[in-house]
Order: sequence, then C-alpha cells, then structure tokens
Amino acid sequence: MFRKSDNNDNMKINILAFGVAKDILGSANFEMEVKPKLTIDELKAQFLAKNPDFSKLNSILLAINSEYSIPGQVLKENDEVALIPPVSGG
Amino acid sequence: MFDLKISDQPLNPQDCLDFVNHESTGASTVFIGRVRNQSKGKKVLRLEFEAYEKMALKEMEKIAEKAKEKWPIAKLAFHHRTGITLLGDIAVIIALSTPHRKEGFRACEYCIDALKETVPIWKKEIFENGEEWVSATP
Repeated sequence: MFRKSDNNDNMKINILAFGVAKDILGSANFEMEVKPKLTIDELKAQFLAKNPDFSKLNSILLAINSEYSIPGQVLKENDEVALIPPVSGG
Repeated sequence: MFDLKISDQPLNPQDCLDFVNHESTGASTVFIGRVRNQSKGKKVLRLEFEAYEKMALKEMEKIAEKAKEKWPIAKLAFHHRTGITLLGDIAVIIALSTPHRKEGFRACEYCIDALKETVPIWKKEIFENGEEWVSATP
C-alpha cells in the first residue's frame, strides 16, 4: 500500500490515539504518509488544522516511539507517534 | 527493585506488599486508589481506564527511579488497572519499603502525584446520563 521511501519520497508513520483524541479522530491506530523530515511540531499543526476539536482540549502532547517528544524533533520512517490528551490515571 | 504492572484484571494489594517486604526495611507504605461513587457532584456508575501500556510502564519506571534517588527505597510495586472498573474497585496501588516511615509516606505521595502528571493513562467517567474523559477539557 505504501511505497518504500527514499530521500525524495514520502515516509510512512504510525499514529496511535488515546482517550478523547481517539474519539476526535474516530480511530485508535492508523498509518499516515508524510513528507520526509517532517517535525513533530509540523505534524501537530496538521492535526490541529484538520481537527479543530483538538484546540478545545486542555493540552495535546505527542510522543514518538513511546517517549514524550521534544520541540523540533524530526520524524523518521516507521516512527510510532501517539497523541496524548491530558492524562488522568490514578 | 521494581514491580511495574498494568492489567485489565483486578489488582491485589497483598501481592504488592509481599513484593516490597524486605528485611532491611521497617516500613511498608501503601497507597490504594479506588473508584468512588461521585465526581464533582455527579453520580458515577463506573470508570473506564485506557493506557498506552508500553509508554505508561516506561513512565512508571522513571517515577520509581526518581523516587529511589530521593528516598532510601528498597523495593517498590506500582500497579495500575485498565478496562472497566466498578465502584470500590482498585484503580492503582503503590507500595514501597523504606527503613523508616517518614520517607515512605513522602515517597508514596510523590509517586501518585507524579503518576497523575505524566503517565499516559486515561480515565472515562460513566454517569447515569453521559460520559466524560477526565481533565480533557476546561
């Protein structure tokens, strides 16, 4: 379904959504094709632009490969990106 | 040494206390968080917990490591439920052993406070007429 990427090609990343983020996107787990070297900030901006309901949340953080991302972090092929709405464990 | 667990099955405080028992320690401190029947004045029927399990375990380990840096903890058990929980069910257990009680109380409080800040686990409250992800919106 997705072509193997090279420098000029899009890359595939895996998105996980939890809690209210899953409700907003209507899906818990899907693949996305994005441009190479996309930053986590650009990806977040894309999500916010496409899904205005995200801006109603107290916060939305993104994790890459099960670690909280840092601003400017660059995505790689096959990264697992999780949308983390405000946590409420305990 | 840590015992970290996320489970959709009922949690057992005795398992945690047995794990943390150590002859170098005089205090076993435990915090148990349970499902209660109301939230902000509304009657709660049940809670549903969801976890990003792989990351939640990593974050729980970071909290345990940090607590061990701050206080002389011999052993620590950190268990959290997922799935559907009913009134009175145990949602979370933190148990730890220390030489004396004071550092035990502090460490236990630190761990539960930190869990609520950083561990990717979400709680949905189910009311009589509706449901809501806790803390999601203002």
